[in-house]
Amino acid sequence: MQKPVEILLVEDNPNDVELTLRALNKHKLANKVFVVKDGAEALDYLFSPERVSDGYPRVILLDLKLPKVDGLEVLSKVKSDNRTKHIPVIVLTSSQEEKDIVESYKFGVNSYIVKPVDFEKFVECVADLGFYWLILNKSTSNYERKD
Amino acid sequence: MESSDKGEVLLVEDNSSETELILRILKKSKAYNRIFTFKDGISALQYIYSRLEEENNLSSLPRVIFLDLKMPRIDGFDVLRKIKSDNRIKHIPVVILTSSHDESVLRECYLAGANSCVIKPVEYNLFVEYINKVVQYWTNWNKSPN
Repeated sequence: MQKPVEILLVEDNPNDVELTLRALNKHKLANKVFVVKDGAEALDYLFSPERVSDGYPRVILLDLKLPKVDGLEVLSKVKSDNRTKHIPVIVLTSSQEEKDIVESYKFGVNSYIVKPVDFEKFVECVADLGFYWLILNKSTSNYERKD
Repeated sequence: MESSDKGEVLLVEDNSSETELILRILKKSKAYNRIFTFKDGISALQYIYSRLEEENNLSSLPRVIFLDLKMPRIDGFDVLRKIKSDNRIKHIPVVILTSSHDESVLRECYLAGANSCVIKPVEYNLFVEYINKVVQYWTNWNKSPN
């Protein structure tokens, strides 16, 4: 059986992907990440029939400015579908625009994080974030209940 | 952009020894200017709605709400549902602090719009460590609307 995916990382910038994986590895969480490069791939992954048998990710890290389908649209789809609504979605973006923050909360984001520009700070932020959402936060089983 | 007003946090918890402990952690963190505690759901909601009427200003609302589930009078779940179904306040992050391990309860919380659910450890040192980290996360990294 495949190991369950714990984090779905939706990020189009390869440098940010690499940094994020390195930071998550501080808590040995990097091998539990599935990376997709745009919003369309994220939706394909989340709403594929395989999720019902293989399980849903425990948490989604979502960039906002993404090719094809943007992050806000992914967020709104995840939070308006009963199969995925319970999954914590953390927006991880460089946008500090009030409009993006307000819209994200309107669509039901669980947490909104502005990527620190400083390298060290970015790594610290993502390491804390991984620890918070996978160890402190209790999400529900990643298998859909059949009842 | 550093603001001198670090805002306000609400703690809604009926167990007085836990309130005292969390309060101590919050004060020590110096993360907020104003910390308000409530022992039940009704008084917490009354407070939030009175703030809303006072000033129609988002920045005067709490930055984050730490909410217990089992409480007298309106319980935590009803408080959560009320907050998350009101467009004026639904953006306030609500972190459920509970002792329940019941998956269906947690799932209901997420479906009702809880931002996060943290199970309070029974062991004292772990409790302090967890609450410290929770406070740090919501203070240092999370960004709420201004």
